[in-house]
Amino acid sequence: MPIEISAAVDQHQACYHCGQPCEQEILKSNDKSFCCYGCKTVYEILAENNLCEYYNYQQNPGANQRFVSEESYAYLNEPAMQTRLLLFNSPEYASVSFFVPNVHCISCIWLLENLQRLHKGIIKSEVNFAQKTVRIDFNPAQISLGAVARQLAAVGYAPQINLEGKKATAGNTKSLVLKLSVAGFCFGNTMLFSFPEYLGLSESEDTLRTVFSYLNILLAIPVTFYSAQDYFVNAWKTFRQKQINIDVPIAVGLAALFLRSLYDILSTTGPGYLDSLTGLVFFLLVGRWFQSKTYESLAFDRDYKSYFPLAVNRWSAGQWQPTVVYELAPGDRIQIRNMEIIPADAILLSQEAFIDYSFVTGEAKPVRTEAGHLLYAGGRLVGKPVELAVEKATSQSYLTSLWNHQAFTKPEESRYKKIIDRAAQRFTWIVMGIAIITGVYWQLVAPEKMWLVVTAVLMVACPCALALAAPFTYGNMLRVFGRLGLYLKNADVIERLASINAVVFDKTGTVTQGASDVQFVGQLSDQERTAVKSLAAASSHPLSNLIFQSMRNTAVVNVNDFHELPGKGLEGNVNETRIRLGSSYFIQGVGTDGHEGTRVWVEIAGKTKGYFQVSTKFRTGIAGLIQQLGDRCRALLSGDQASERERMKAVFPDAVEMRFAQSPHDKMDYISRQQFRGDKVLMLGDGLNDSGALKQADVGLAVTDDTGVFTPACDGILEGRQLQHLHAFLDLSRSATTILKIAFGISFFYNIIALSFAVSGHLTPLVAAILMPISSVSVVGFSTLAVNAVSTNIRKKISL
Amino acid sequence: MNIIIILISISFTMAVIFLSIFVWSMKSGQYDDTYGPSVRMLFEDKKGDKKL
Repeated sequence: MPIEISAAVDQHQACYHCGQPCEQEILKSNDKSFCCYGCKTVYEILAENNLCEYYNYQQNPGANQRFVSEESYAYLNEPAMQTRLLLFNSPEYASVSFFVPNVHCISCIWLLENLQRLHKGIIKSEVNFAQKTVRIDFNPAQISLGAVARQLAAVGYAPQINLEGKKATAGNTKSLVLKLSVAGFCFGNTMLFSFPEYLGLSESEDTLRTVFSYLNILLAIPVTFYSAQDYFVNAWKTFRQKQINIDVPIAVGLAALFLRSLYDILSTTGPGYLDSLTGLVFFLLVGRWFQSKTYESLAFDRDYKSYFPLAVNRWSAGQWQPTVVYELAPGDRIQIRNMEIIPADAILLSQEAFIDYSFVTGEAKPVRTEAGHLLYAGGRLVGKPVELAVEKATSQSYLTSLWNHQAFTKPEESRYKKIIDRAAQRFTWIVMGIAIITGVYWQLVAPEKMWLVVTAVLMVACPCALALAAPFTYGNMLRVFGRLGLYLKNADVIERLASINAVVFDKTGTVTQGASDVQFVGQLSDQERTAVKSLAAASSHPLSNLIFQSMRNTAVVNVNDFHELPGKGLEGNVNETRIRLGSSYFIQGVGTDGHEGTRVWVEIAGKTKGYFQVSTKFRTGIAGLIQQLGDRCRALLSGDQASERERMKAVFPDAVEMRFAQSPHDKMDYISRQQFRGDKVLMLGDGLNDSGALKQADVGLAVTDDTGVFTPACDGILEGRQLQHLHAFLDLSRSATTILKIAFGISFFYNIIALSFAVSGHLTPLVAAILMPISSVSVVGFSTLAVNAVSTNIRKKISL
Repeated sequence: MNIIIILISISFTMAVIFLSIFVWSMKSGQYDDTYGPSVRMLFEDKKGDKKL
C-alpha cells in the first residue's frame, strides 16, 4: 500500500525512509531525517551497500520500522523447515519463495531484485508483485536460509513464513482462463463456419455444407467436454443431493443443444445449433472469469495456527535452540522476547511479565503477571524477555479450543441459499412443466415433431442470461467495493451483506483506534515536564511508555534513586526533586478513584500536580456512522472492563446493548442468539478474540489499518478509515441485489420470447443464434451500467 | 470449390497454432504478474553502480 504523505507535513520533518512525520525524535544520518532507529538502520545498510537508488524510484518508499519486532530466523535452518520451504535444494544452489507483505511500489521491486548486492551468497531474486512474493535463488554454502530471511528483514522486508500450503485459487483461475480461451476459439470459428448457412448456400455447394457441419462438430466437442465440464459435474452433484441450482438447467440446456445438433447434422436434417452452444459456453465462462477476481495477497482464511510464531527458543542440551512450536511438549523451557506471541499455555519462570491478551480477550491493557502464574497461549509479551515452562501442547491450549466450535466446522455454503439458486429452482420447474405440456400437445397433433419441439424448449430455456446476471452485477460491485477500501472474500458476500439488519461492533481496534490518547489534566512547567518524561522513560510499564510517547519535544535527563513499585507506581529524583507517578492510592494514599489503568497521578516534591488521562481514540466518523445505521446498530461487544462505558455512551445511543468483559465465546454466543431471533448479523471486529463471532455472523468483516497484516478469518477486510462509510456499503450491496433482480426480469423476458418460438415449433438455428447473444449482452450491459451509476452516486455522497 | 477447403484448413491450422501459443504462455506463467515486468524494464543497468 502506498504511504500517503499529507501536504501539511513539513518535508524536513518527514522520515526519509518511510515518509511518516518524525514525532518523537529526529535521528540524523547523512543529513537525512529518520523517525526511528529502525528506519535509520535500514537506510544505513542500504547506503553501505550502494543501494540508495532505492530512494530514487519512489519518495519515502520504506515501511515504518518503529513497531517491527526483531525476529530470529534461525529456526529456518532446521532441516525439517528447509524441506518444507525450499523449492529446490542442492549443496550449492537452493531456491525459496517468501511472502513479503510490505511489497508495494517500484522501489520495493528494485531493492528486492538487487539483493545479490547485499550478500554475495544470493544469486538471483525475482519479485511477483501481484502475489507479493519474492523468489530467491541462493548458494547454501555461503548463506543459510535463515540468513537470507534475516537479510530481507534487515532492509525492511520481513518475510511472513507460513507452512500451510498455498491456496489453490490461483490454479483455479488459470484453468478457468484456459477453458475460456478454448471456448472463445471454438466459438469464433464455429460462427465463421455457420455464416454461409445463414446467408444461404445453393444446392451445388453441398460438399461445403457438409465440411462446415463436421468442422463444427469437431469444434463443439472440446467446448462441451472440456470447457463446459464444470457445469455438468456440478449439476450432477446437486442433482444427486436432490437439489436444484442454476447449473442444472444450464447442463440440461447444453446437453440438449449438443445432442440435438449432432442428430440434425448426422441425419442431414439441419445445420444444428452448435454456434449457439459454443457461444453460450463462452459467455458463461466469461461471467465466471469476471466474478473470480480475488484479492490474492489478502488472507481471508487464517486459522489459529497463523497467529502463533512458527518457532521459539527452547532450552535443550545446555543451550537455546530454535524449535518448531508444534514440537513443544509439556515441561519444555522456552524463551519469549518482546512482542512475541506465547505459543502454548505456560508457567512464567521469570520474575514478572506484561502480557497483552488483546488477541484473545480484546482487553487492550497489558496484564502484569508474576512468577509461577499461568500464561495463556495467544498473549503477546510486552517488555523484557522472559522464560516459560510449557504446560500444554499448542494444539490443546485455551486459544485453540475456540476453533473446535461448530461455527468453524460448518461448511460455509450450506448456511445460505443464494438468490440465483432460488430463482433457478422455480425456473427449472416452470421449464419442465412447459416442456411436458408442449410434448403432450405435439404428441397428439404431430407425433413426428414431438422430440424436436421438446429439445427446442430445453435448449432455449437454458438460463444463460440468468447465469450471467449475477457474476457481472456482483463482480462489478466487488471491484467498486475494492476501490472504496472494502475487500470481500467473494461475490456471495455482497448478497449476504444486503440482507443485514443488525450490526454488532467490537470495541478495541474497531470502534476505537489502536493508538491511545494521553491528556494531562492539571498544570506542569517545562522543567516539570522534563522531569516527568525522564521518570517515565526509566520504566518499562506500558502506561509509562504511553506517557513518554505523548510528551513530544521534551528532553530527557538522568534519574537518580529510581524505584518501580509493581502495581503502584514509580518514583525517582530528578535534579534533587522527588517525582512520583502512579495510581491514586500510591500518590494520595486514599482508596481507589475508579480509574485504575486510565489515570496516572503526578506528584512533584510532595505536591499533587494532576493526572494523565489515558483513553483510546475513536475512529473518525464513528458517531456519524452510528447515527446513519440507526436501529440496525445492535450492540457493542468488548473484551475490556467497563471503565470506558461512559465514553462509549457519548457515541452509542441507549438502545445499543453494551457488553463488557466478553470472552471470545461470549461474543460468538451473543451473535448466535441474535441469529436465533431471526436477525441477519454483521459483525465488525479486528482481533483473534473476534474470530469466533466473525465466523458465526452472517457477514464478518475485519477492520484493519494495514491490509498486509494480521486479520482474523473473515468474509471481508475493511480499511479502518473507511469504517465511517459502512452504511453506504450496506446501501450499495442492497442496490446490487435490486439490480440483480431487474437483470433476472430482463433475462426472463428473453426466455419467454424464445420459448414462444420453441413451443410453436418455429425455433430455427438462426433465431437461436440471434436471441442468445442479444439476451446475454443486454443483461451484461444493463448490470454493468447500473452498478457503475449506483457506485458513482455513492462515491459522490461519500466524498461530500 | 476445393480452393476454399484448402484455404479454410490453412487458416484453421494457423488459428490452432495461435491458440496453443496462448495456452503455452498461460501455463508458463507469463500472466502471473502483470505489473512487475512493466517497471523492471525502467531500472538502470546494474553496471553504473559506482556513481551513487
